[in-house]
Amino acid sequence: MLTALSYDLAHLIGATVLMAGFALLYQRRLFAVLNTFSFQALALAAAAAWQAHIQHAPHLYFTAAIALVFKAMIVPFALHWLVERLGIHRTVETALSIGWTMIIGVALVALSILLVLPVTAHSAALTRESLALAMSVVLLGMLMMITRRNAVTQVVGFMALENGLILAAVSAKGMPLVVEISVAFSVLVAMTLFGIFFFRIRERFDSLDLNYIETFRGDR
Amino acid sequence: MLIVAALSALPLLSLLTIVWGRGGAVHGLVYAGCFLSSVALVAAGLDHLGTQTGGAPTLVLPFGLPWLHAHFRVDNLSALFLLIVNVPAAAASAFAVGYSAHLAERRRVTPFYPLFLFAMNAVLVGDDAFVFLVAWEFMSLTSWLMVLADHRRDENRKAAMVYLSMAVFGTFCLLPAFGLLAGGGGDYTFASMRLHSLGPVAGPLVVLLVLMGAGSKAGLVPLHAWLPLAHPAAPSHVSALMSGVMTKVALYGLIRVLFDLHGHVGWQWGAAMMVVGGVSAVMGVLYAVMQDDLKTLLAYSTVENVGIVVIGLGLAIAFKDDGEKSLAALALVAGLYHALNHAVIKSLLFLGAGAVITATGERSLGALGGLLKRMPWTGAAFLVGAAAISALPPLNGFVSEWLVLQSLFKGPVVPHWAMKFGVPVVGAFLALAAALAATCFVRAYGIAFLGRPRSAAAAEAGDVSAGMRWTLVALAALCVGLGAIPVTVTDALSVVVQPLLGTSFAVSSDLGWPFLSPVSNTRGSYSGTVLVMVGLALFGIAIALVHRMGNNRMRAADAWDCGTPEDNPATQYTGQSFAQPLRRSIAATVFQARETVVMPQPGDDSPARHSLAMTDPIWNGLYLRLAWLINLIADQVNRLQFLTVRRYLLMMFCTLVFLLLVVAVRQQQ
Repeated sequence: MLTALSYDLAHLIGATVLMAGFALLYQRRLFAVLNTFSFQALALAAAAAWQAHIQHAPHLYFTAAIALVFKAMIVPFALHWLVERLGIHRTVETALSIGWTMIIGVALVALSILLVLPVTAHSAALTRESLALAMSVVLLGMLMMITRRNAVTQVVGFMALENGLILAAVSAKGMPLVVEISVAFSVLVAMTLFGIFFFRIRERFDSLDLNYIETFRGDR
Repeated sequence: MLIVAALSALPLLSLLTIVWGRGGAVHGLVYAGCFLSSVALVAAGLDHLGTQTGGAPTLVLPFGLPWLHAHFRVDNLSALFLLIVNVPAAAASAFAVGYSAHLAERRRVTPFYPLFLFAMNAVLVGDDAFVFLVAWEFMSLTSWLMVLADHRRDENRKAAMVYLSMAVFGTFCLLPAFGLLAGGGGDYTFASMRLHSLGPVAGPLVVLLVLMGAGSKAGLVPLHAWLPLAHPAAPSHVSALMSGVMTKVALYGLIRVLFDLHGHVGWQWGAAMMVVGGVSAVMGVLYAVMQDDLKTLLAYSTVENVGIVVIGLGLAIAFKDDGEKSLAALALVAGLYHALNHAVIKSLLFLGAGAVITATGERSLGALGGLLKRMPWTGAAFLVGAAAISALPPLNGFVSEWLVLQSLFKGPVVPHWAMKFGVPVVGAFLALAAALAATCFVRAYGIAFLGRPRSAAAAEAGDVSAGMRWTLVALAALCVGLGAIPVTVTDALSVVVQPLLGTSFAVSSDLGWPFLSPVSNTRGSYSGTVLVMVGLALFGIAIALVHRMGNNRMRAADAWDCGTPEDNPATQYTGQSFAQPLRRSIAATVFQARETVVMPQPGDDSPARHSLAMTDPIWNGLYLRLAWLINLIADQVNRLQFLTVRRYLLMMFCTLVFLLLVVAVRQQQ
C-alpha cells in the first residue's frame, strides 16, 4: 500500500518543514520570520493531510485543518497584528551570528539523524525518516529560541518547536487524535499568554527587547 | 545466647534513663547494668576464643529492610574484638558509676551511653553489610550526641560539627565499598562477599574506600582532624571509650574487609598503609607532645597508636601477598596485640584524666602539679598507664611494639625494592614515635603529678571515690598482666589470625614457654613473665636491704634546692618549657613554631613577654583549603540562580544536546 511515490512525497513534505525551519533561522526581518513560519505551518498541514491519506486515518485531516487554520493563519496574523499594533522594532536581533546559527543547525540535524535512525531500526522506513526530520525541527526551534533576543522571535521559535512535535505525532502510525488536539490547543493557549505578556512588557518598558527585563531584575 | 541477652539489655537500660533520668540513683544503676552487660560480653568472647570453635552459626533475624534480613555471627575475630571493646567498656562503666555523679550534664550522657555500647558490639557481631553500616552509623551518632553533651562551650560545638562531617564522610566511603564487595547480586551477607571476586578496578577501589572510611574513624593522618577535637569534648568515661575502643572498632572494620572479605589485596596497599601508619605515629605523638590540655594530649596519642597498629596491618598485607604466611601472621598478631593493649592503656589514661578532672576541675597541664601526693592511687595507676604507653618493659605496651618492630626487621624479606628500602624507614619512624611517646608521657606525668601544685584547685585535690580508684587499679593491673603473659596472649591471638591467613603464628618453639622469640631465638627473644618475676624479686630484695641497712633516725639537712629556693610554683618546669627543645628542633619546621620574646626597655616596668605561635599544617594545608574550594564552587554554582531567561534556555538546550550526543555515541559502539 505504501508505494514509492507516497513515500517520496511524505519525505519531500517533511523535508520542506525542515527547510522552513532553517529558513526561519536566517530571516532578518520580523515580518519575514512570520511569513516563513506561516509557510512552515502550511507545509505541516500538507504533511498531516498526506499522512491522513496514506495511512487512511481520517482524523489526521482534522489535524491538518487545525495546523492550517491556527498555525498557518491565526497565529501569524495575530503576531503580525501585535507587531504593528505595538510598533515593535522590525529587525531581528541576533545573539549569535546567522552564519554560526546555520552551522549549528546543520550539526543538530546530523545529530538527530545519527540518533533516530539506529533507535528505530526495526520500524517502517517512513516513520524513521519522519521522526529524524521532526526531531531536527524541534532542535532548530530551540536553537531559534536561544539565539534571538526579541520576544516575538522567541515565540516563533517556540511555535516552530511545536510544529516539530506535531510532525512527529502525525508520522507515527496509530497516534490518537487527542495528542494532536492537546498540542494544538496548548500552542494556542501559549500564544494567548505570550500576547498578554507582550502588552504587559511593552507597557512597562516600551520595548520587547528582553534585555530590559533582565536589567529590571537587577542582573546587570 | 549470652551475647544476645547482654546486647538486648543495653537499649532497655537506655530507656530506663530516659524515663527515670531525673533521679540521681538511676544513673548509677544504669552504669552498673552496663558494667554487668560488658562483663557478660567479655565472658562470651573469652568463652568463644577458649573453646576455639571456628565460628558460631549465623543468626538471622527478620528486621531491617523488608527483603534483607539481619545476619549476626561471631567468629574468632569478632570474639577478640568483643574483648577489646568490652574490657574497657566494663571499666568505663564501673568508673562512671561514681564519675557520673560529678557530671552536670549527665542526663544528656547516660541515655546514649548504653546505646553507644550496643552499637559498637553490633558492628562486631553483624554478618552483613546492612547491619554493619547501620550499627557503624549508630555508633557515630550516639557518640556524637555525647560529644555534644556540654554544648554550651563553643569548642565542643565546633568539635561536634567537625566530627559529624567526618563521620558522614567515612560512611560515605564505606557505603560504595560494601556495594562493590557485594557486586550486582544484591546479596549483602559477608558470606557471599567472600565468594565474590573483585575486578581489576573494583578491587583497589574497595581498599582505598575502606582505608578512607575506616581510617577516618580510626584517626589516621590526615583524616584524624576530628579526633583530637571530639574525644576530649565528651565526658571522660566516654572519651575513654571513643579513644580506646571506637578506634578499635574502626580497625576491626579495616581488618574484616582487608583480610577477610576482600579476596586479594596487593602488597602496594600494604606499603601504603605502612607509610600512612608511620606518618600517623610520628605526627600523632608530635602533636601530643605540644598539647597543654591533658585530654587532647591523650587523644593525639591515640592517633600515634592507631598508626602503630596500622603499620602492623600493612606489613601483614605485604607479607601475605608475597606468600610469607608465617611472617604475615606475626605482623597481624603484633597489630592485634597492640590494638588490645592500647584499648586497655588508653582507657586507663582517659579515666585517670577523668579522675584528675573530678578532683581538680582542671584539664590544663599548666594548672595541675603535685597530684601524686594528694591522689596516690590515681597517680600510681596513671604512672603504670604512662609507662605502658611509652613502651617500657615489662608492661604490655612494650611487648606489642617490640613485636611490631620484630616483624619490621623481617620486612626486607619481601622481594620488592620499594619494600626493602621503605620498611627500614617505617621502622625508624616507629622508633622515633616510641621515643617521642616516652617524652610526651614523661612530660604529661611529670607536670601533672609531680612537682608542686600550680593552682589552688590542684593544691586542694583529694583522691576520688573508692569505686573509681579500684577501676583504675584494675586497669593498671591488667596492663601489667597483659605484659607479663605475652606467650599466652599471642597464642590466643594466633587462633584469631589462623582463619584470616590460613596459618597460625608460630611462637618459636626452641625456647618454649614463657619465652617469646617470634623470628628465631638468635634474633631476639623476650619473656615478660621472667622479667616481672625477676623485677618483683629485685624489688623485694631492695626493700629488705633498705629496711635492714637503713635506720630510722631523723636527720636534718639542707634540701637539695636546685632552682627551687623560691616557694612560687611558677619557678618549676611547665608543660610548655618541657616541650621547648622539641618545639625548637622539630616543631619549628613541622608546625612552624615561632617564639618571640619581648623584653622591656631599661626603666620600663612592664613585664617581659614570651609568645608562641604554631600552625597546624594538616588543618591549614588540607582542611581549610578544602573548605575554601567548596566555598568557591558554591559561589560559582550560586551564580546559576541569577541567569537571564535566554541563558537558562541555553543551559537546558546544551544539556539536551549533550545527552543526545551521549546516546548517539553509545549507539555507534
